[in-house]
Amino acid sequence: MENTKTKRLKYPVIDCDVHNSVPPGGLSPYLSQRWQDHHKIFGLRGQIGGYYPRALLNAARHDAWPPSGLSPGADLGFMQEQLLDTWNIEYGVLNPLIPVGEQLNIEYGDALASAVNDWQVADWVEPEPRLRASIVLPYENGDLAAAEVHRCGPNPAFVQILLLARTREPLGNRKYWKIYEAAVEYDLPIGIHFGGNQGPITGAGWPSYYIEDHGGMPQAFHTQVISYVCEGVFDHFPTLKVVLIEGGFAWLPPLIWRLDATWEKLRVEIPDLKRKPSEYIRDHFWLSTQPMEEPPKREYFEQMLEQMDMNDKLMFATDYPHWDFDAPDRALPSFLAPDLRKKILSENARDLYAFEKL
Amino acid sequence: MPKYVVATPDEIPPGERKIVEIGGRSIGIFNIDGEFFAIRNSCPHQGGPLCKGIITGFLESPTPGTYHYTRKGEMLRCPWHSWEFDIKTGQSWWSPAQRRVRKYEVQVESGEDIEASSSEREKGPYVADTFPVTVEQKYVVIEID
Amino acid sequence: MESWETPHFVEAGVKAIDCDIHNEVPTLQTLYPYMSDFWCDYCQNSGFRGPDANDYPRGAPLTTHPDALSPWDMDLAHVRERLLDGWNLEYGVLNCAYRVQSIHNPDLAAAIAQAVNDWQIEHWLDPEPRLRASLVIPSQIPELAAKEIERVGEHPGFVQVVLPVRSRIPYGNRLYHPIYEAAVRHNLAIGIQYGGAPGTQPSPTGWPSTFLEEYSGMTQVFQAQVISLVAEGIFDRFPELRVVLIESGFTWLPAMMWRIDKEWRGLRNNTPWVKRPPSEYMRKHIRFTLQPIDAPPTPEQLLQIIGQLESDEMLMFSTDYPHWQFNTPNEALPSELPGPLARKILHENASTFYQLPQAR
Repeated sequence: MENTKTKRLKYPVIDCDVHNSVPPGGLSPYLSQRWQDHHKIFGLRGQIGGYYPRALLNAARHDAWPPSGLSPGADLGFMQEQLLDTWNIEYGVLNPLIPVGEQLNIEYGDALASAVNDWQVADWVEPEPRLRASIVLPYENGDLAAAEVHRCGPNPAFVQILLLARTREPLGNRKYWKIYEAAVEYDLPIGIHFGGNQGPITGAGWPSYYIEDHGGMPQAFHTQVISYVCEGVFDHFPTLKVVLIEGGFAWLPPLIWRLDATWEKLRVEIPDLKRKPSEYIRDHFWLSTQPMEEPPKREYFEQMLEQMDMNDKLMFATDYPHWDFDAPDRALPSFLAPDLRKKILSENARDLYAFEKL
Repeated sequence: MPKYVVATPDEIPPGERKIVEIGGRSIGIFNIDGEFFAIRNSCPHQGGPLCKGIITGFLESPTPGTYHYTRKGEMLRCPWHSWEFDIKTGQSWWSPAQRRVRKYEVQVESGEDIEASSSEREKGPYVADTFPVTVEQKYVVIEID
Repeated sequence: MESWETPHFVEAGVKAIDCDIHNEVPTLQTLYPYMSDFWCDYCQNSGFRGPDANDYPRGAPLTTHPDALSPWDMDLAHVRERLLDGWNLEYGVLNCAYRVQSIHNPDLAAAIAQAVNDWQIEHWLDPEPRLRASLVIPSQIPELAAKEIERVGEHPGFVQVVLPVRSRIPYGNRLYHPIYEAAVRHNLAIGIQYGGAPGTQPSPTGWPSTFLEEYSGMTQVFQAQVISLVAEGIFDRFPELRVVLIESGFTWLPAMMWRIDKEWRGLRNNTPWVKRPPSEYMRKHIRFTLQPIDAPPTPEQLLQIIGQLESDEMLMFSTDYPHWQFNTPNEALPSELPGPLARKILHENASTFYQLPQAR
């Protein structure tokens, strides 16, 4: 297995985005008979109609199909070998992309969320202490979502709350505030991950091709960043932390400039906002690095980091087992100074997630 | 330049591949319509196991909405980021001059020839340690510098 | 108004081209002289007061510079005084933001578009040879839109077709080919302008609460349109097509180019007609009006971003008048731009893009 032999890395690695998936029947032990039956009859039902065939089956690395015949990300042993052991990963943060928050039947979404969370603890974190989990939620309903945060929050197996980039309303909207209230109670960061499916995926309607879907995902993150700031979420929840996962990061500096400039002209609309938008952004947002930015020249990368001025907030992620995977030994540009490399590869994430012994 | 015996021809039927570990390198050997080609099993982008990717064809389009799909079986897509490479030349589709994967010379030789030449000197030019050779058989041999 | 001084470049003798001046239709009644009796009666009887996109709220500070008249109050005399004479412009390009695209009745949309264009000819283009204008079309019905381009596209005053950046379907879609065919036939550029109200959400994630969020977030809609135009093969199908993004900002472009170029390396077989990196199409076919600059905090960083565009041809001077994008006229053009680049931005790039005859 030449691609699973251990790679030598100078610095420890924390992977902020690992995807585990459910093997057939995997959730049954955690789901009541009522919802098992429901699933058999009706299946998953969200705002469907926006599917683009992926680059590869399951959007997975073609070499990530386990010999067991399970789907990529469904076989813990294979994940340990292909990801955790190969790169000697200190911690991996699980972000299961099971469409829980998108369920139109909110009660089913609620039951599914609890099942996925219980399954993560029992089938993943307990057998493999290098893994930590993210709490999935029926996030379109604040009350149900907050209750699930309260149920899972005390368990140190969970290190963040997982939301998706394309939600029904921008995430600064008050309908989501109960989630944030619960999040700060347990000091859990809000992770917003690539994905979601709630209506046209651009502000100009539905495009035609997967490259527009996948390549356009940062646009959803733009809306979320703007929304959190302008709706005053951070004035209300001064300790709230938000992690943008799998959105890349080069787009952020221009967005900061745009938002500051517009706010100068239109602040009369939100007179209660206490600080400049850029200040909230630099204090409250973290970003995972994947998919790594690959500008054509080294100097552009360096300029971008300087413009962003958030070296303490960038955190490495592989996105295993997905096709746009970033390799811990190869993805970061070779010219990064050792101090910054260490921060991105592990230190920033260790500070943020404050992993506890289980 | 050392040569390695890596397979028997019937071990890699047309359309198939074999990945071998030789000289500290992982290399993929591909059979395209009876002809053998070998490239390094490491994508020049992020080091993904290129030779484990999907074997595909050469897709061109003179105008939006048209798909000219030719040379089926001659292109390889990296299993990670889907960069396409020409198995015969090692060139990438998007930057054939700059982004290419190392290509190796492959020959089919008889066991007799291999035996004869390896007895001449102690260590080579044929390094057959990965594969037992009998004189009656033919073998796929690759050259590595 | 004394604070409306003359910028330095004017004193240095540069005759600039302003690529974004608003000429807005004051009320629907303004258009009645250009509409048939039937449509006038229809509007009166139904109480229809014109498309209400409210993408420039009337009282929002951004909509009107503190020293300017509102877009609906300013007339030709005002534009002459402030810009054409006041700043000694060679040309000014008008971009009317009347949103016929938000009218669901296709026949009404087409009738009003015709009226807007005839009004532009009579009130703006015919009396003032230094002005150029943008055709307003019912782009939601490409067939009717193409008809309107055929009807008035040969008028020498029209240099482009204007489309609101907010569409129901992105502009790279093949559905729009009749519009691009007509534009190319009449040698018109395509201007994609801030705003629009197609009735669908303005973001990939629902409706933000405030105008501030919608305005700031509009850059992502522009990005979606650029990606769509390139990925869906508009420039492969129409190699002569020229597109300008109006009031879009541009500092976001380098990061977007890096991302889409990277995506294309792996996903290009999804759209195999895209033969070169997407950024190359953008540099060749797409231009940006200068304002709003959305500038980084230091002059060095602005020059870095302009360097990252890897082209000195993409930016074209604009005031976005009467919107409030800069405080004093001398801030309309960043002072840190090196001389040759400033001249390209002020004049050459637009002159080439719009193929404008050199004025005497």
